[in-house]
Amino acid sequence: MTLLRGRGYASVNYPTGMNLGGDPSQALIHATTMGGFVISLSSVDLGQGLKTVVAQCAAETLGMPMANVIVDTADTDTGPHCMGTFASRGTHRIGNAVIMAAREARDVMLAVAAEELEADADDLETDGTGFVRLKGSPETKIHIQDVTLAAHFKQGRTISGRGIYLKERNYPVPETGEMDPDSCQAHACTVAEVEVDDETGVATVLSLHNAYEVGRALNPAMAAQQVEGGGWMGVSHAVFESTEPYYPASRDHGPVDFCEYLMPGPAEIPVQSSVILERPASNGPFGAKGIGEMTANAPIPAIANAIFDACGVRLTTMPFTPESILRGLDALRA
Amino acid sequence: MKIVSLRVNGAGQAFIARPGTTLLLALREQLGLTGAKRGCAQGACGSCTVLLDGQPVVSCLVPAVTVDGAEIATIEGLADGQVLSDVQQAFLDGFATQCGFCTPGMIMSAEALLDRNPDPTRDEVNEAISGNVCRCTGYEPIVSAVLDAAARRRSRAGEGAKL
Ligand code: FES
Ligand code: FES
Repeated sequence: MTLLRGRGYASVNYPTGMNLGGDPSQALIHATTMGGFVISLSSVDLGQGLKTVVAQCAAETLGMPMANVIVDTADTDTGPHCMGTFASRGTHRIGNAVIMAAREARDVMLAVAAEELEADADDLETDGTGFVRLKGSPETKIHIQDVTLAAHFKQGRTISGRGIYLKERNYPVPETGEMDPDSCQAHACTVAEVEVDDETGVATVLSLHNAYEVGRALNPAMAAQQVEGGGWMGVSHAVFESTEPYYPASRDHGPVDFCEYLMPGPAEIPVQSSVILERPASNGPFGAKGIGEMTANAPIPAIANAIFDACGVRLTTMPFTPESILRGLDALRA
Repeated sequence: MKIVSLRVNGAGQAFIARPGTTLLLALREQLGLTGAKRGCAQGACGSCTVLLDGQPVVSCLVPAVTVDGAEIATIEGLADGQVLSDVQQAFLDGFATQCGFCTPGMIMSAEALLDRNPDPTRDEVNEAISGNVCRCTGYEPIVSAVLDAAARRRSRAGEGAKL
C-alpha cells in the first residue's frame, strides 16, 4: 500500500443573479414611533445571513445604529416582491433595494429633523449613534426617537422609503452571441491537497486553500464562513455524496436519511485557509458581489486535479469514489 | 395518559404525556421550550439533543412517559441571566454558527463532553459531536469553539481554586 500525495487547483468566475425575464427585488422601509426602522421584504433568510447584511446596509445608509433596524422577511403574500433567494443574488439585489429605500427614508427623516431644529435639511448629518445634528454645530441635535415622534404626532408625516433593484432581461446579439446576463462576477481559486491510498482507492482531502474576490465583504466573518462552509460542501460533492452509488436506475439502494446520506463529519474535514480580496463592483451594494453558490464549486475540480496529480487517474464524474479511483489505477496498470 | 413530573433546567415541571409522544414534543409544545430543534425526528441529526440526568440524548427518541422524575437540561437553562455559559460564549466569539439550527444540539453535546472531560483532544470533540449534523459551517469553527470553551472552563476552575 502506498499513500500518494497530490495537489491541484481550480478557478471559478461566478455570476451574480440571473437572466430569466428580468431579475428584480423590492424593499420597503418605515419608521416606528420609537425610532426603529422596519425593513419589509419577502426575501428569505434560510440561514445564509441575509437579515444581518441588509440590516447593515440600511443602518449604514440611514446613519443609524444596527439596533434601530428591524428586518421583517418572508411573507410572499403580503411583502414587496422578491424573485427569491437563489442565483447568489440576495446580497446584491436586496442589498441594493434596501439602500434605495433607506436613502428615501433618510431624506424624510432629515426633513422632519430640519423642521424640529429650525435648520435646513442639507445642513444636517447623522452621527451614527442615533442623533441627527447640525453640521459644524454638534450640540444642535435631536434623537431619532424625537424625530419619529414629531413626524407622527406633530408634522403628520411617515418616514418611509421604497426601493427596487431591477436587472433587466438581456438578449444575446444573434450575430455574436454576446450578452449581458449577470450584474457582476466574483472570482475564486482553490488549491486542494489530497492523499490517495492506491490499495483501497480512498482519496482523502487534506487541505483547501481558497482565495476569493468578493467585491466587498460587507460582513467579513460571514464571508469567510461562507467560503469555508461552501468548501466543505465542495469536498462533500467531490468525494462523499452520491444519491445512487451503485444502481443509478433504481432507488432501491439509495440513501434515504441523514444516517445513510454520506457527508463529511467533523473528523473528515480538511484544513482550510481563506483569503478575501475586495475589488468593489460598481453596481453592487457598497461594492458587494454574490458568493453564495460558487463556494462549493472550485473545490471539486481542484480535488479532481489533485487526484490526477497524486496517481494519474483522471476522473470526470462525481463523486470520486474509491471504486472509480481503483478502476482508473487498474486501467493505468493494464 | 400519564402525568409526568420532572425537573427542567432546575425547576419542577409537570405535563400530561399523551401516548406515543416524545420528550422533544413535550418540551417544545407543552413546556414551551423551543430551543431543542426537530430536524429529522428519527435520531439522526442531533438537533434535538438535551441532557437527561446529565447524559446527552436525542430527545426525539425518548418516549415522554419515561422521563418521570428525571432531571432535564436544555439550551434555555445554560445562561445565567445575560451571562452566557462558556460554551455559548465560545460559540459566539468563534462564530461557530451560521443558520443556527444545529447550534442548540451542538452546544448541549459539548456541555456534556466538558462535564465529563474538562480537557478533551480534538478527536474527542469530534467524537462527542459526531451525532450532531451541521450543514453550514463545515464543523471547523464548532470544534475550535468547543476546545476554546474547554480552556475557558479550565482557567475559570483554576481561578476558583486559587480564591
Ligand atoms: S430531531 Fe432528534 S435527532 Fe434529529
Ligand atoms: S449552523 Fe446551520 S446547520 Fe449548523
